[in-house]
Amino acid sequence: MIELRGIEKHFGGRPVLEDVGFRVHGGRMTGFIGGNGAGKTTTMRIILGVLAADAGTVEIDGTPIDAGARRRFGYMPEERGLYPKMPLTEQLVYLARLHGLDAARARRSTDDLVDRLGLGERRDELVEKLSLGNQQRAQIAAALVHQPEMLVLDEPFSGLDPMAVEVVLGVLRDYAHAGSPVLFSSHQLDIVERLCDDVIIIAQGRIRAAGDREKLRESHSGLRYELTGTSDTGWLRGVPGIRVVEFDGDFAVFDADDGAAAQAVLRRAVELGDVSGFTRRRPSLAEIFKEVVQ
Amino acid sequence: MSTSAATASGVRAPSLAEAAWLVARREVRTRLRSKAFLISTGILVLAAFAGIVVGGILSANPSRTKVAVTSDVPAAVAQQLKASDSFAVRTVEGRADADRLVRSGAVDAAVARASGPLGFRVIAKTDVPEGLVGQLSVTPPVSILEKSGQDALLRYFVALGFGLVFFVTATTFGSAIAQSVVEEKQTRIVEILVAAIPARALLAGKVVGNSLLAFAQIAVLAAISVIGLTITGQGRILATLGGPIVWFAVFFVFGFVLLASMFAATGALVSRTEDIASTTTPVTMLVMAPYLLVVFGNANPLLVGIMSYVPFGAPVGMPLRLYLGTAQWWEPLVALVLLIATTAGMVALGARIYERGLLRMGSRVPWREALRA
Repeated sequence: MIELRGIEKHFGGRPVLEDVGFRVHGGRMTGFIGGNGAGKTTTMRIILGVLAADAGTVEIDGTPIDAGARRRFGYMPEERGLYPKMPLTEQLVYLARLHGLDAARARRSTDDLVDRLGLGERRDELVEKLSLGNQQRAQIAAALVHQPEMLVLDEPFSGLDPMAVEVVLGVLRDYAHAGSPVLFSSHQLDIVERLCDDVIIIAQGRIRAAGDREKLRESHSGLRYELTGTSDTGWLRGVPGIRVVEFDGDFAVFDADDGAAAQAVLRRAVELGDVSGFTRRRPSLAEIFKEVVQ
Repeated sequence: MSTSAATASGVRAPSLAEAAWLVARREVRTRLRSKAFLISTGILVLAAFAGIVVGGILSANPSRTKVAVTSDVPAAVAQQLKASDSFAVRTVEGRADADRLVRSGAVDAAVARASGPLGFRVIAKTDVPEGLVGQLSVTPPVSILEKSGQDALLRYFVALGFGLVFFVTATTFGSAIAQSVVEEKQTRIVEILVAAIPARALLAGKVVGNSLLAFAQIAVLAAISVIGLTITGQGRILATLGGPIVWFAVFFVFGFVLLASMFAATGALVSRTEDIASTTTPVTMLVMAPYLLVVFGNANPLLVGIMSYVPFGAPVGMPLRLYLGTAQWWEPLVALVLLIATTAGMVALGARIYERGLLRMGSRVPWREALRA
């Protein structure tokens, strides 16, 4: 588990991060979302030790992080780049060795990853000769080639074609299944919604929401319900404590003043006919994001 | 893959030296792969070799002055000229022939019979032929009390050689370091690198890698000079130049490390290759200064004397003084100690500037901020 506590960072007197704290659990995919300039990249750089925090701590399983622990991270910086004039596999082997793998192991890991990411035919090409999509894959390979135990990836999906997104997703899931903490930032809320077990929302340098995705949706749900049945739902209009939001024959969406009023509606609906659906509506991540960021 | 995800526990963290060595190896490999580097090295080696060979040919065949001598000139005079290496003597019938040959330029001068105490005169077209006149004059005996070690032309070429080799090698590899620092910043791979190894290891690796290449180049040039001088029969020059060349190599090692750390530090202050010149120019000036001073001021003992102690000038100035024989045995040692101390200080300062500038993206980092404690 990676845990941040009370992280503060100022750039030239301007606060960029204020009291940032959250946890990234092992075995779970954690999405880190926020607008441009919210502090995502700065936070990730601090975790990796690329930037020093003005205050606060980063701990791995309760131990303050040090250079040795940071070497066990797979890191993908926001702004991408590899040595343009170096062949792909040679570059990956080099990065693996800088992280402490011996020559044979670095070579093996590189070969595995290059094949897995569909770069097998490009293995000896200079990085600058690769297509943009392949450069993105190479960048992901660079983050993973030293067989890290924790992943911190800044916008890993930006610029990837849909096929590459699936490949990368597969790799990240494997890491999570193997028990690694996986933290990644994204602008694409639908991807985060689809993939993440946990979500952290940051805005203006402060954490606005953090935790299990479903619990987050639960806690941000209003008392809005969906009812689908066999009978016409027009009767809902007259029920006290209920406001109909949407109505279409046997389907209706309504807000209830409290849970009891909603349950009363369900009982009445069952009396009037068959009910095929009665659900409390949960907000999408995008809706929650809009709500907490404001 | 799922098995390899969390199995990195057996990985051993590289020590500072191991990390630096990995970086150094990459630097060397990258440089050796660059065509521009290979070509410029080839040109430098060829130029050095050609210079030595041409110099050898010129000194082995000094041009002779062509002299026409009339047959009625006193025999002793004709004999004296024929005995000298400096003159190509050709005997002609009489004064008229001699005049004609001189006028046409077929000979440089002529000697013909004439009345007077000497019994002959020298005939020339426009200028007095000093060499011929000197040869035929009676010169008083001269005693030189303090012999100047080497002649002026040779001194100039030795000075030029040391200066040029230092200048070319230091700027080539120095700017290669600055380039590679900025390349890592510009591509942002530096973030991955400093997350894996300390910035100090990265800096050390760059300096070591490029220094090794620079030393190799110097060694090749030194070997070429020795071989070239030997096979062109200029062993006498080698005997006086051998020691200074060795000292030059020693001074170069430390002088280059000094410059390398400055190039790396100044390179780290900018984020784009286009901006390199804006911060490395002062360092380039420091490299150029000894070259220019030695080329234009090699005849000035005070200037060369000062230069041989100033850390940036010592690699050129001290070997030159050793060659001229104007340095005491202890002087290069003192200069070397000064140079090493400066290098140590500059490496420490350079490392600090480098670490500070490395992750600053965007506009150029001002000197004031880079140097602030």
